[in-house]
Amino acid sequence: MGDHITLQVARYRPEKESDIRFEDFELPCPKEWVVLDGLNHIKDRMDGTLSFRWSCRMGICGSCGMLVNGEPKLTCATFLSDYAPGPVRVEPLRNFPVIRDLIVDIGDFMGKLTRIKPWIVRASEKPLSEGEYRQTPEELEDFKQFSMCINCMLCYSACPIYGLDPHFIGPAAIAVAQRYNLDSRDEGAAERMQILSQHDGIWGCTFVGECTKVCPKHVDPAGAIQRYKLQSALEWVKAFVLPRAAQ
Amino acid sequence: MYIRRPIEPFLWLLFSAGGVMAALFIPATLFLFGVAFPLGWLTPPPYDRLLAIVGYPLTRVLLFGLCSLSLFHGAHRFRYTLYDGLQIKHLNEVINSICYGGAVVGTLVAAYLLWIVP
Amino acid sequence: MTEHSAYTPYHPRWHRTRVSTYWWLGRGSYFLFILRELSSLAVAWFVIDLLVLVSAIAKGDAAYQQFLDWSGHPFVLALNIVSFAFVTLHAVTWFNLAPQAMVVKVAGKRVPGALIAGSNYAALAVVSLVILALLLTRW
Repeated sequence: MGDHITLQVARYRPEKESDIRFEDFELPCPKEWVVLDGLNHIKDRMDGTLSFRWSCRMGICGSCGMLVNGEPKLTCATFLSDYAPGPVRVEPLRNFPVIRDLIVDIGDFMGKLTRIKPWIVRASEKPLSEGEYRQTPEELEDFKQFSMCINCMLCYSACPIYGLDPHFIGPAAIAVAQRYNLDSRDEGAAERMQILSQHDGIWGCTFVGECTKVCPKHVDPAGAIQRYKLQSALEWVKAFVLPRAAQ
Repeated sequence: MYIRRPIEPFLWLLFSAGGVMAALFIPATLFLFGVAFPLGWLTPPPYDRLLAIVGYPLTRVLLFGLCSLSLFHGAHRFRYTLYDGLQIKHLNEVINSICYGGAVVGTLVAAYLLWIVP
Repeated sequence: MTEHSAYTPYHPRWHRTRVSTYWWLGRGSYFLFILRELSSLAVAWFVIDLLVLVSAIAKGDAAYQQFLDWSGHPFVLALNIVSFAFVTLHAVTWFNLAPQAMVVKVAGKRVPGALIAGSNYAALAVVSLVILALLLTRW
């Protein structure tokens, strides 16, 4: 009973077919195997044409995100034995165009990530002789949670708003923007505020909260977005009440 | 100085304030007037008592704030529900006018009614 | 490469699934989210109901009694019961989400989320007690 499991894997070969099809593969199921082990077994021993992304197999690179029974998961961190006796349905991440089999195009996300300037922005750099930018443990705590993002895009897959409107900048981009905004060494908060306040920025979010639920690194992008909305609203009030001071 | 959608943060502030007011004040009030009194579980206050409460200036202001903010809260939320639920974001001008327009009309009606209470 | 997505014979034909109008039925959490958002209609209905009551108060005792009778009408009663359920959903989800939406720091330390949610519920209890006391007693 416990030693075999069926994987229903989504296949899409644009040169052969115009739609996604499911193929069943019956595999051995040792208790320590994760879904990624199953996929590699299929590729090594059963069907070498199966295409999927993976790298570190330990939950830090963010490459192996897929839908397992409809839930966005890192396949290197999802045990097959949890789904016994199966079958387990493996599909490419939702809300992204599928290039082939389990591989999706991530260009949209990469573009958005770059837009929000994911680096320390400073008005002026300190000369080297003045030493490093020092930071207390409390200042680190302020943004550390948001620095845990591994860009796996499970949150984009879970977000219904992104699914409905691909222009929405999305949870991870905003969380990463907050990681830099809240960093005491950064001086780019105003620039990022300009970018995120546009019509495809934070205001599209309706706090569904699914992004936080699926995040494997507990980044809490939903919390980051709501806090940012409050910050943005307070900036608006300041600009309204004290237009000169806000400039 | 501000960016292309200057009104959005303000609408969100109204939505948040309305959400807090609605969450705090509506449950008990709706329970009493909508459920408990009609079902006879509790006795409604006599007219003179209710008139005294509602006629009190502080109550009028509070009720006005509750009505207006709750309407803007509901309008904002419903607008996004129409975008996401029915996928009609392209009709956003029509939707915005109906939702926020309705909230404005409701606010004016509330102001008038709370003014004319003796 | 991914910015130039015009189809050519050598460019992969990407598969795009259109989001169904019934996407919100696909998961329990999506359904609960839509119910939470629909509570906005219950809130709007309450305001209308309240304004009808205020209008009745402004007109006099007879109008007030008429309002109370009208509230007992099966259709209005059903609407109010359903609205009450939705308003309760709004209050509960609002207070439970509040800790996620704000970080409150006291003396440099972050206030735990349960405390923020708890104080919101405490405020609800206090406000509700005041309303009950005002309307049910001569206090």
